[in-house]
Amino acid sequence: MLNAIIVMTALALVLGAALGYAAVHFKVEGNPLVEQIDAILPQTQCGQCGFPGCLPYAEAIAAGEAEINLCPPGGDEGARKLADLLGHEFKPLAAEHAVEKPRAVALIDEQTCIGCTLCIQACPVDAIVGSAKQMHTVISDLCTGCELCLPPCPVDCIIMEPLAETVSNWKWKYPVTAIRKVA
Amino acid sequence: MSYFFVILSAVLVNNVVFVRILGLCPFMGVSKKLSTAVGMGAATTFVLTLAAGASYLVDHYLLAPFELDYLRTLSFIVVIAAIVQLTELVIHKTSPLLHQVLGIYLPLITTNCAVLGIPLLNVSLGYGLLESLLFGFGSSLGFTLALVLFASIRERLDGADVPIAFRGMPIALITAGFMSLAFMGFAGLDRFN
Repeated sequence: MLNAIIVMTALALVLGAALGYAAVHFKVEGNPLVEQIDAILPQTQCGQCGFPGCLPYAEAIAAGEAEINLCPPGGDEGARKLADLLGHEFKPLAAEHAVEKPRAVALIDEQTCIGCTLCIQACPVDAIVGSAKQMHTVISDLCTGCELCLPPCPVDCIIMEPLAETVSNWKWKYPVTAIRKVA
Repeated sequence: MSYFFVILSAVLVNNVVFVRILGLCPFMGVSKKLSTAVGMGAATTFVLTLAAGASYLVDHYLLAPFELDYLRTLSFIVVIAAIVQLTELVIHKTSPLLHQVLGIYLPLITTNCAVLGIPLLNVSLGYGLLESLLFGFGSSLGFTLALVLFASIRERLDGADVPIAFRGMPIALITAGFMSLAFMGFAGLDRFN
C-alpha cells in the first residue's frame, strides 16, 4: 500500500517536473503586440487591406511592414486606436481605402439570383446560405458589410443596403477630441 | 524475422481498428477528409510509438519490482497524458510547421483508447522493449492505414447515391463493418514463423 503511494507520487513528481521544465524550456514566444493589434481590428476578415484576414494584417503591422490606415471597416477610429497603441502619428485612411461608408449589409435580389454559389465561396464569415441552382440569401446578423461578395456575382444581384441607426444598434461614438499634452 | 512478423501482425492481421476494435472514436470522427485523416494518423504514430516504449519502461522498472501490477492502467494513463503534453510542447518549439499540421489532433490523442490499449497488450503479450516499440509503431501504422482507407471511401461516399435512411453515419458504420470483414482475411498470415 505504502509502496503504491510512493511509486505513484514519484511518477507524478517526475512527470510533473519534466512537463514543468519543458513548459519553461520550450516556451514559444507569441508576440503580444500582434494580439493587441488584432484586438483593435474589426475582425471582419474582409481582406480589403490586402492581407488575407485581420490576424495577418496585425502581424504585418507589428513587423512594421504595413501602414496602420488600410482598414476601411475599422475606419479613422480604428486607425486612431492603432496610432495610440503603437505611438505612431495618426493617419487618415489611405486614399484607395478612403471612402468610409455607413455600415451596410449585403442584400441579394432573390428574383435575379441564379444560384451559382460564387458569393457563398467569397463570403469570409459564411453569412450567405443557399446551394447550387437554389436562390441564396444573406443572414444579415452575420454580414459584416465587407463587399467581397459583390465582384464574383455574375448577375450583379447583390446590393449593399445601408443600416439605419436604430436604438438597438446605436453605439457610443469613440471620443474624437484630441488629448492635449499638458506641459 | 520475428520482428518483421510483429509489425506485420500489428498492421494487417491484428489491425488495431478493424480486428481489435480499438480507437473507434477518432476512426469515426476524423475520417471525413483524407487530409485530416493523414494528420491524425501521423500524430498517433508518433505518440503511440513513444507511449509503447515509455510504458514498457514504467512497467518493467517501476511497477514490476514493487509488484504493483494493479496500478498498471492508472500509471499508463498518467504516462501517456504526460507524453502527449510533452510532445506538443517540444514540437511547438522545434517544428512550428509540424505543429500546424498536427494541430488539435495531438491533444486529442490523450483520449484515444488505442494508445492505452497497445501498451496494455504489450504487457499481456510479454513483449520486450524493442518488440514493444515495434508493436506500437506497427499498430499505429495499422491505425493510419485504416483511417486513410476509410477516409478515402467516405470522401467517395459523399458523392454516392445512398438511400436517405442510410446517409451519413449509418453507411459509414456499415462501410467500417465491411472493411473489418475484409481485414479478417489476413487472419493467420502471421502464423508462418
